[in-house]
Amino acid sequence: MARKILTEHIHVPGIETFDVYRKQGGYTAVEKAIKSMSPEEVVEEAKKSGVRGRGGAGFPMGMKWGFLAKPEGVPRYLVCNADESEPGTFKDHYLMKTIPHLLIEGMIVSSFALGANKSFIYVRGELMYVIRILEKAIEEAKAKGFLGKNILGSGYDLELVVQPGGGAYICGEETALLESLEGKRGNPRNKPPFPAVKGLYQCPTVVNNVESISNMPWIVNNGGEAYAQIGIGRSTGTKLISASGHIQRPGVYEIELGLSVEEFMNSDEYCGGIRKGHHLKALVAGGSSVPILPANLIMKTANGEDRLMSYESLSDGGFASGTMLGSGGFIVFDETACIVKNTWNFSQFYHHESCGQCSPCREGTGWMEKVLHRIEHGHGSMHDVDLLVDITKKIEGNTICPLGDAASWPVASAIRHFRDEFVWHITHPSEATAPGAAYRGDMALV
Amino acid sequence: MEETKPQLFKITFDGIEVEVEPGTTIMQAARKIAEADQSQTSIVPPAMCYYKPLPASGGKCRACLVKVAQGSAKDTRPMPKLVPSCITQVQDGMVVENTTNEAVLEARKGIVEFLLINHPLDCPVCDQAGECNLQDFAFEHGSAHTRYEEERRTFEKKDIGPYVQLHMTRCILCYRCVYTADQVTNKREHGVMNRGDASEISTYIEKSIDNDFSGNIIDVCPVGALTDKTYRFKNRVWFSKPEDAHCDCDKCSGKVILWYRGDEVIRVTARKNTWGEVNEFICNTCRFERKKTSDWVLEGPTKVKRSSVISANKYRSDLVKKPDFALKLAATQFKNIDDTREYVTDKDTIRHQSIENNDKANHRSLLNQNN
Ligand SMILES: Cc1cc2nc3c(=O)[nH]c(=O)nc-3n(C[C@H](O)[C@H](O)[C@H](O)COP(=O)(O)O)c2cc1C
Ligand code: SF4
Ligand code: FES
Repeated sequence: MARKILTEHIHVPGIETFDVYRKQGGYTAVEKAIKSMSPEEVVEEAKKSGVRGRGGAGFPMGMKWGFLAKPEGVPRYLVCNADESEPGTFKDHYLMKTIPHLLIEGMIVSSFALGANKSFIYVRGELMYVIRILEKAIEEAKAKGFLGKNILGSGYDLELVVQPGGGAYICGEETALLESLEGKRGNPRNKPPFPAVKGLYQCPTVVNNVESISNMPWIVNNGGEAYAQIGIGRSTGTKLISASGHIQRPGVYEIELGLSVEEFMNSDEYCGGIRKGHHLKALVAGGSSVPILPANLIMKTANGEDRLMSYESLSDGGFASGTMLGSGGFIVFDETACIVKNTWNFSQFYHHESCGQCSPCREGTGWMEKVLHRIEHGHGSMHDVDLLVDITKKIEGNTICPLGDAASWPVASAIRHFRDEFVWHITHPSEATAPGAAYRGDMALV
Repeated sequence: MEETKPQLFKITFDGIEVEVEPGTTIMQAARKIAEADQSQTSIVPPAMCYYKPLPASGGKCRACLVKVAQGSAKDTRPMPKLVPSCITQVQDGMVVENTTNEAVLEARKGIVEFLLINHPLDCPVCDQAGECNLQDFAFEHGSAHTRYEEERRTFEKKDIGPYVQLHMTRCILCYRCVYTADQVTNKREHGVMNRGDASEISTYIEKSIDNDFSGNIIDVCPVGALTDKTYRFKNRVWFSKPEDAHCDCDKCSGKVILWYRGDEVIRVTARKNTWGEVNEFICNTCRFERKKTSDWVLEGPTKVKRSSVISANKYRSDLVKKPDFALKLAATQFKNIDDTREYVTDKDTIRHQSIENNDKANHRSLLNQNN
């Protein structure tokens, strides 16, 4: 069995309650941090651990904490991003509903490290029942003296607030999240200033993902160095992967970073291979926003090395032949999947979720969706393919927030790797629009 | 420590050096260059959402994106992405490329296209035509044909009160009117509803905008999405004659422009600066109710840019300087006539040649269309 940090006790009956969680060694990190460590020491451990943000961008968490401005007399905030709405990603949801105290404990030690006395968990609005679970866990922790005023007699106060989200993907973007938390329309802010300087209510703020924060109890208990021993290179620790698509065993898995993609995909401990009688066609490795990979680039990188589940290996080859670990949404397609249809599906999502503030994303996402709709429904023309590529180039990098990039990459990469399939849709409209049609072509099937 | 004078930052914008105070944005630095030398007006990035009199505006339309080729004297690295010049502050030693950078011009062409794909292009019946920022922007930076084949987005018509006409289909979501309502009027009743390309300017639960300064949203609107109901379809702007005037108003500065058609005041607006921004916001009484010359003290004809269509037929050479871009353009178009060719007088040859030339032209335009 592989190393588990987050999910080690997840199957213990009653782990959602304080008592069972405590019996499994829960809240020892709070005791250790508050009684025997200074906030700076906790930040130091986070830095040593090398743990990187699990929300998508993979920015080192300790380094982000180090950037937090600390002006005198101004409150600082920690905000946990639990808005998880990326298609293909469902790990935070799983973690919060099964072992809520892990996040609460992580929030306490992280808030302590950052000197925050009021922290927020911004939960995707659709997950009302998870919000109830978290609120119950907070009540329990408060009753036992781990939250509220004068925690464990140390003089440190912390109030934890669970906020239901606005029901929009864009509210997962950290500055849109802060706007939404302030009670405004969830429009991303222009950066700079970054939240670490001017965040919630214009005060210094750290925004971290649920999974990032949930690593902190282990890091405090075992030390950042021990954490850095796990994983590979600069991809330290474990990662929750939400596996879905045409595999035998979809679900959420905790893997040690550095596991090979092949093992993750085929071993019975994880995905259990492609469904019987079918072949791998494509993979979206890190949630809908990252570039899609064709079969021949999944198990091996372009220069023939084994592809690993790590930030570096997945992005090997840049966008020409690589992708990104992103938020760990592992979506597998077999040969029955139609890439054009899937690309259209993703583009529908981004069109629907664009906040509409900046022109390239507001207009470009809708345009791409309409062109893809036409191609998918047999009304495309040859110049549409290049038009799509050009639209992605006009959006990418020119927007306020990364949603514009996230909308462009799936389209650009699908055309990069599956151009012949787009062309086939255009040249063979009646075959392409037949029910269940999927292009087989002469693609190398693994 | 002993210095009392604030230190100035030196930046290079399209090869022109300028010194500005710390905290200045790139856009303001470029405007400073143009204000000192009018022949440089064309280097100023276009602004479709930024509006200096409205703090917090800008950063949305992305029309003003520029390349920062050198971050500062200390950190000479270029910025990885194009940055919005309207909200990005200068650093000492910054080097900015606007009209000299191909990526910037390419991105800007994209922005024009994005803003136009869902714009109704009903200029012939739009009151804003002739003083429309989008027309200018498209003319200066866009291309002549469209690649958009899909259906354009439309909205249901909404009535937002007796004075202001809302045409949501024309809106480019610059948010200027939202900031105006927020900052200039005393109660906020107006904002953006929905998301993405379904976003819609709306008064809060369709309540009409009735307060003393609401008319200013008409002046700040870059397109014809918000127009003056008392002026609707009365005129084309180039047929009217603007005159500066003022009155003693207890609500606002009373400094306005009266738009005449013949002897009749058909419209009252606030005065604007070179960059199309309102100098002082005016109240609804001045705008909508004082429409007689006797209500006003006249100051004389409004200065209008030579390039503006408003100056058509009433061009005053004493007020304007010939813009230098027209001369530049003329210079690039100029070619020596090749008179070494033989004259052809034979009818058949001429016919033949003209058919050939026609074919070539057709072929070229086809190629252009496909590109
Ligand atoms: C459109 C968009 C949606 C996002 N949604 C989420 C989300 O649902 N959950 C999340 O943790 N991060 C999301 N992010 C990333 C956040 O902006 C931010 O980087 C992250 O919360 C930082 O936490 P981390 O450093 O712990 O990953 C999103 C980003 C974008 C651009
Ligand atoms: S990129 Fe899209 S989602 Fe992000 S701010 Fe611009 S319009 Fe909104
Ligand atoms: S003018 Fe700068 S982004 Fe609109």
